[in-house]
Amino acid sequence: MLAYFIRRVIATVPVMLLVALFVFSLLYIAPGDPAAIIAGDQASPDDVERIRASLGLDRPFLVRFLEWLWHVLHGDLGTSIFTNLPVSHMIAQRIEPTVSLMSLTLILSLTFAIPMGVIAAWKHGTLLDRAVMTLAVFGYSTPVFVVGYLLAYFFALQLDWLPVQGFTSITEGLGPFLRNLILPAVALGLIYMALIARITRATMLDVLSQDYVRTAKAKGVAQKGILFVHALKNAAVPIITIVGIGFATLIGGSVVTESVFAIPGLGRLTVDAILRRDYPVIQGVVLLFSFIYVVVNLAVDLLYTVFDPRIRY
Amino acid sequence: MRRRDFLRTTTGAATLLAAPRISRAADSKVLRFVPQANLANLDPIWTTQYVVRNGSLLIWDTLYGVNSKLEPQPQMVESHEVTPDFKTWTFRLRTGLKFHDNEPVLAKDAVASINRWMPRDNSMGVNIKKQLDALDVVDDRTFRFRFKSPYPRLLFALGKSSTPCLFIMPERIASTDPFKQISDYVGSGPMKFKKDEWVPGSSAAFERFAGYEPRAEKASWLAGGKRINFDRIEWQILPDASTASGALQNGEIDWWETPSPDLVPLLKKTPGVMVDIADPLGNIGSFRINHLHPPFNDVRVRRAVQMALSQEDYMRAVVGDDESLWKGLPGFFTPDTPLYTEQGGEPLKGPRKYAEAKKLLAEAGYKNEPIILLVATDVAITKAQGDVTADLLKQIGMNVQYTALDWGTVGQRRASKEPPDKGGWHIFHTWHAGADCVSPAPYTALDASGSTAWFGWPKSDAVESKIVEWYQAADPVAEKKIIGDLNQAAMEDVVYIPTGFFKFYQAWRKNLSGIVDAPFPVFWDVSKT
Repeated sequence: MLAYFIRRVIATVPVMLLVALFVFSLLYIAPGDPAAIIAGDQASPDDVERIRASLGLDRPFLVRFLEWLWHVLHGDLGTSIFTNLPVSHMIAQRIEPTVSLMSLTLILSLTFAIPMGVIAAWKHGTLLDRAVMTLAVFGYSTPVFVVGYLLAYFFALQLDWLPVQGFTSITEGLGPFLRNLILPAVALGLIYMALIARITRATMLDVLSQDYVRTAKAKGVAQKGILFVHALKNAAVPIITIVGIGFATLIGGSVVTESVFAIPGLGRLTVDAILRRDYPVIQGVVLLFSFIYVVVNLAVDLLYTVFDPRIRY
Repeated sequence: MRRRDFLRTTTGAATLLAAPRISRAADSKVLRFVPQANLANLDPIWTTQYVVRNGSLLIWDTLYGVNSKLEPQPQMVESHEVTPDFKTWTFRLRTGLKFHDNEPVLAKDAVASINRWMPRDNSMGVNIKKQLDALDVVDDRTFRFRFKSPYPRLLFALGKSSTPCLFIMPERIASTDPFKQISDYVGSGPMKFKKDEWVPGSSAAFERFAGYEPRAEKASWLAGGKRINFDRIEWQILPDASTASGALQNGEIDWWETPSPDLVPLLKKTPGVMVDIADPLGNIGSFRINHLHPPFNDVRVRRAVQMALSQEDYMRAVVGDDESLWKGLPGFFTPDTPLYTEQGGEPLKGPRKYAEAKKLLAEAGYKNEPIILLVATDVAITKAQGDVTADLLKQIGMNVQYTALDWGTVGQRRASKEPPDKGGWHIFHTWHAGADCVSPAPYTALDASGSTAWFGWPKSDAVESKIVEWYQAADPVAEKKIIGDLNQAAMEDVVYIPTGFFKFYQAWRKNLSGIVDAPFPVFWDVSKT
């Protein structure tokens, strides 16, 4: 197990290198010029050229890539072209809102989606099952920004219960933290919730038809015990898989959610950086997201062994 | 968890969440402002973005400042002397001027700031630098310009509001290469920048500088006493218009600089919200043509488009049907300013002449070559103009290739002088702030010097000679005559085509008072109850 863990950690290095090379190449061939944006509309072409040279953007691809890689290997993600601030500092400023949003979304989604899926499977074919599945289809097919605007309209503008936008750190209290984050988490979590609920239902339906479930029923085990102890544990592997895969959806959705609710997180930082062609920031954020995704996948693989003792690495 | 505990917990949480929010913009000493764009950096010389200029106006003061009549008034300067031939200008700084590190503002700081500004200000600074014989520090409070030839318009250059403004920074900061960004924001203005609280793309905060001594005169735009009635001004970056609108309606912000035109009717109906014109000098829409390549290197083709172009179509696409927001502009200069003229503007007046345009195109030998139209689809104004242009060109029989890009890519591609089929372009759209179009001095888009002109590189000797004459004009009557001729020449040679004059709204909570209409947000004299 430990050997497997070490092997996987080592394997992340070439993956990250490939991601870095891919992103760098993509940005190099993508059109757009940060120098022109910095110079502004009134600047002359000569000014734009001089700014480009001062930023080192006129140097060959390989020189720029190797220089950037060298700095990354020394823990330096570079400096933003626009803000003149270290990329690591900008990421550090933005990581708390994103982690908070994703954590709350994850908690909400798992809390509601798994019981919903289990109950839908248990009451298969009933009105309750159909209601849960309708909700899941609605959640999966409604864009995050539509849900976001509707929630803000009702809960902030009409009912005046919650703010339209912003973020408050958990260090300032749980109440203010939740007040700002509850709507974005619901908006972002809906799609994730739908995904998990549907997979949970499908897997549970399969498990509930197994012989050992019938045996448990025959032995007089309580329904709750059958569902949440015996069946759910055996259905856990596909659910964990989809939670891991859905994490990427969550990262993508956080970009939109953070824009709609003006949360100063990594998603908005990424969008701003892409629109301005702030290459060091884009590279830093993509590298971070890739790393998180690799770690989540590793965690999912390790969790398999917890829920299914037959799996051994 | 027991059912009773669960109910108790959830009820408590709901009460907590629904409690009246104390974080609303209720503190009368804090102003929460949503700027037009993200404040991604704060070097007003390195970049010419308006949002950076607007933030910098809080941090740094200027030697002169234009008032609402566009007259430059002394700001950090106490007095000046000029020789009758306008070749030597001597300036004396006010006493008591301090930087935010409490060091006095000295003449050497002013000279260093001027030296950094000149090469980056294509409208006036570059011209001043060319004509400058010497710029000297005379003593701690005095400095002197000596010109090779008369330069009567110096005060306007020192106090203009168009970017880049001449901000006075400490010598150590102003010594930075003007093409490299500064990272030290010690200012000379009424507010200190809180660099430690700055989250680019999200927020920026400014704190009142106790050592700032405003002038005694009443404030008017960049002139007069810049009295700040807030301890803090917080900028919140809200790129999503719906979110900003909701935040203003909900009282989470106090002032929104540029509400989206489609949300203005809603804001006008919202109790507690005021909406009014933001900038009386407005903006001029621009149909920018590449003069280097066929078919637009032939003036007849440019004229054909000009005679068919309907400014009404453009303006309705840009600002909607609110007719108080736009008007036709048969000229190049900002309406309702002293130099405004319609001389030579006939091609843009009256019914549009599609048949004549087609005939002129045929005469010029246009043979259905593809016309590369660059459209920045991520900017509402350029997207709207691009859509109208695509339709216009089709109507007059041109083969338009609508190239949808984002603004960053248009910014790069418009600099290319290559033929359009090899990565160049024929047409792109932008707009010019009315404050930049009040005279030929700050008006880079009207420069028709060919290869050194602004993107599109128009060449018109008639236009250039009039600009030179204007710089030397002795009196307002002569000036007005020259500007009329200049307008006519620019229309005849179709330097570019104005697509109309338009304004935007600004919106704020009714508990704010003192907001004025200006080409930039004026924070002085604003207060909150």
